[in-house]
Amino acid sequence: MKAVAAALATCTLFLAVSVVLAQSPSSGKAPAAAAQEYDPAIYAELQKAPEKARLRANPLRNDPHAAAAGAILFEQHCAECHGDAARGGKKGPNLRAAEVQAATPGAIFWILTNGVVRKGMPVWSKLPEPQRWQLVRYIKSLGEPAPAEGSPAPKP
Amino acid sequence: MTSFLRLVLLGFFLVFVFSAFCTPPALAQENPYIVAYDHYLEEPGNLEIEYFSTLGTQRGGHNFHAFWAEFEYGATAWWTTEFYLDGQTTFNDSTVFTGFRWENRVRLLQREHFINPVFYVEYENKSGADKVLKEVEGHDVESDFLVSNAQARKDHIHEIELKLILSSTFKGWNFTENTLAAKNLSNSPWEFGYALGASRPLALKAAAKRCTLCPQNFVAGVEMYGGLGDWHSFGLHGTSHYLAPALAWNLRSGWTLRISPGFGLNDNSHPFLMRWGVSREITGFGSMVSRLLGGRK
Repeated sequence: MKAVAAALATCTLFLAVSVVLAQSPSSGKAPAAAAQEYDPAIYAELQKAPEKARLRANPLRNDPHAAAAGAILFEQHCAECHGDAARGGKKGPNLRAAEVQAATPGAIFWILTNGVVRKGMPVWSKLPEPQRWQLVRYIKSLGEPAPAEGSPAPKP
Repeated sequence: MTSFLRLVLLGFFLVFVFSAFCTPPALAQENPYIVAYDHYLEEPGNLEIEYFSTLGTQRGGHNFHAFWAEFEYGATAWWTTEFYLDGQTTFNDSTVFTGFRWENRVRLLQREHFINPVFYVEYENKSGADKVLKEVEGHDVESDFLVSNAQARKDHIHEIELKLILSSTFKGWNFTENTLAAKNLSNSPWEFGYALGASRPLALKAAAKRCTLCPQNFVAGVEMYGGLGDWHSFGLHGTSHYLAPALAWNLRSGWTLRISPGFGLNDNSHPFLMRWGVSREITGFGSMVSRLLGGRK
């Protein structure tokens, strides 16, 4: 029992120090202003989407609220890896990159649904299908020209 | 329970509270299951700290309150590891620490399929006084809990538990089926059990505003679980079974609350189990540890 208690004490200490370190300003995401460079092979995952999946149109493409809802979902589930502004983080690539913006909505949806498990991106099918399409709409909106002043812009 | 162990458990609790209020929030998207598992693993590098309670009624004996703390870490996108600490209070008897468990879940297929298998293996080191009912196996029945804590604690159980989790997602619904085989490492036969679950968020589309009470933050479901006998007497004879509606509320702050009243389906089952739990996800825990150890940044 003493060994178990000692192990638990070590775990507690370890957890406490880790959590304290998490408060340091240096923790977390990459700077929002500068896009990181990534191995182009990362983006090749988009090409693995089957043709049928790639050709799927976003059923929410005309939904005026889809990008805004997607921005909130992005902040809640994706920003940790891809950065607050989707310019990439320590774990996830830049989603404003030309490779992503040139991909079809169906291909991005397919990556969201299936993940890239071997490279660390989890399966996101636990988000219902409409929410994944809202995320796709937001990601695609990052490549659109900036809206005119005064009009609401999706912002994570 | 030694005072040292109490201190350690208090330490865990304080870290839990501290981390819950101080770490960046990440909205969890949890299913409401308490016994059944789906195929979704913890996101890599994240740590989820959970606390669960089970208030159980006992015919012919004292009611009980069993509880466990759970530390779930996403080691990779295909492997999640969890550590549990269990305890219980039997009314008019005593409060005891009943043991620990170490669980691992591995996703067997890389991509999403109609049925997604996950392999589960767990080592349990617990006393016979354990009452958390995290799963029901073999011929587990209500009368097993009639023994006093002092007597039950004399039994020491080392157990290996295997599960095959088969889970599907269809039109917003999750359906999961878990089959269980457990072996006490002493000379006992393999015991079997099952858990089934179905759940769905109350809304499939997310609102375009930050909200706490939006229907997409609630996931409702039902689970059913029970024993299937052992190697020598496989089947439903002398087994207990439960049906439990369940609700999860994923809060914006990163907390998830779960509640699940369970009902015994036969005379071998506890008539009523009230379960609830609270959890919070700490994002980027792996990076923190890495920084702590001076490793890769």
